[in-house]
Amino acid sequence: MKNYDIVIVGGGPAGLAAAVAAKKAGNDSILILERDKELGGILNQCIHNGFGLHTFKEELTGPEYAYRFMEQVFDLNIEYKLNTMVMDISPEKVVTTMNREDGMVEYQAKAVILAMGCRERPRGALNIPGYRPAGIFSAGTAQRLVNIEGYMPGREVVILGSGDIGLIMARRMTLEGAKVKVVAELMPYSGGLKRNIVQCLDDFGIPLKLSHTVVDIEGKERVSAVTIAEVGPDMKPIPGTEERYTCDTLLLSCGLIPENELSKKAGVEMNMITSGPVVNESLETNVPGIFACGNVLHVHDLVDYVSEEAARAGENAAKYAAGQTAATSDKVIKLVATEGARYTVPSTIDVSRMEDLLTVRFRVGAVFKDSYVSVYFDDKQIMHNKKRIMAPGEMEQIILQKKKLEEAGDVQTITIKIEDK
Amino acid sequence: MEKRELTCIGCPMGCQITVELEEGEVKSVKGNTCPIGDNYARNEVTHPERTVTSTVLIEGGDKCRLSVKTKSNIPKAKISECMKEIDAVRIKAPVKIGDVVIKDVAGTGVDVVATRNVG
Repeated sequence: MKNYDIVIVGGGPAGLAAAVAAKKAGNDSILILERDKELGGILNQCIHNGFGLHTFKEELTGPEYAYRFMEQVFDLNIEYKLNTMVMDISPEKVVTTMNREDGMVEYQAKAVILAMGCRERPRGALNIPGYRPAGIFSAGTAQRLVNIEGYMPGREVVILGSGDIGLIMARRMTLEGAKVKVVAELMPYSGGLKRNIVQCLDDFGIPLKLSHTVVDIEGKERVSAVTIAEVGPDMKPIPGTEERYTCDTLLLSCGLIPENELSKKAGVEMNMITSGPVVNESLETNVPGIFACGNVLHVHDLVDYVSEEAARAGENAAKYAAGQTAATSDKVIKLVATEGARYTVPSTIDVSRMEDLLTVRFRVGAVFKDSYVSVYFDDKQIMHNKKRIMAPGEMEQIILQKKKLEEAGDVQTITIKIEDK
Repeated sequence: MEKRELTCIGCPMGCQITVELEEGEVKSVKGNTCPIGDNYARNEVTHPERTVTSTVLIEGGDKCRLSVKTKSNIPKAKISECMKEIDAVRIKAPVKIGDVVIKDVAGTGVDVVATRNVG
């Protein structure tokens, strides 16, 4: 068995930023494990621009953003293994891997950083009626085929779901000569960014039908038509509103799910709302020394926030591996999201281990206009910030000050809620 | 008097903006709730621009597609001409980020450059 201080599972944006931060924090024994044949993760296929405005103050494409971090990994001589699948992580932090050159290899780590990212919700999880012919792809699969492999998945396309990947692929397929006929979205609002709706759909005259879903897929060998219908407030299709589109391809952009099979095997406790690990102020899970960051923790909309979060996980893992983590106190504050706020990351704060400023990220469950983000220390309101708009597709954040929490004394619960006045 | 309807992309509000034009000149901007919307609407109706990203065929490297972008925005009306030129390009590895793949694409004065390394 080989030994490393820090083993990072995943070489995408989260894993890269965590590795760089851990190295800069003084740790020299880091290994990144990546299952693909190159570092960079999903950014390699996200060839559109708009990445990095917060981090680098310029608009980069996905591969360019990834390379900014890969360059640092190379310059800092951080070790990584490609084409290597992690098979298991034990609660004792033994990481079991497999690849074609070395076969099965086990690594004993002092700290493990979970950075496996997320995957798309597949057709099987969507309950779409109809046949099961070829020609049904998740939007991300289509993106990989077009941008990496150089294949066009189809010529006449219907897209279900208006997540950002679906919108981006509507434009990409159109630019490559396909006809995108319609984008159907089950919810009465789009989960995608306004910028993408305008520049990927409106620019090309592609209709977006809100409160619509797919009710039938036709075709034996290959998709030949898709029928969509309007849904009522109960999310059920309204008879008589069906519209049939002949097409050879259906793309699905219906949400992302953190990929946590390995975390669960390691005994990591999961959050039912985010489908990611429950973490404390140090981004550490309930298993001491196992940290989580990026889309495996909760699905982000901006990679800049992934990098920032991952850097914190990297620094904390370096501290843990060096035995410098402050002892846990028995005073742990619970964070509660309620009344419009769906979840918080982190879930708990140990004030003695907290940094001076702590970013707490959360999402809202519906669209809120001219509402307030309120933060309560037990029953006492300590923050009441007006926001012109909040939407489920846009991650929100508040910043807590350690000083304020210490001044407040014996706080049991911090509550985040959305209030209309 | 010509009327144009736009959705602002400045923030998630997505204000519906109505611009009134007379002989190509902006006469009024209505429906926006902040200055970002006014600025966006004026640019969008007079000279809309976009960055185009795509891939080109690359030979002799470890990948079969090279991702590229226009180095800066180009006029929206030039997008399809730009895509035609990108489609026609065949390039040989190695290529580095920032290498020029097409000079002065579609007569815009803007270069198409590589956005990744292919060895």
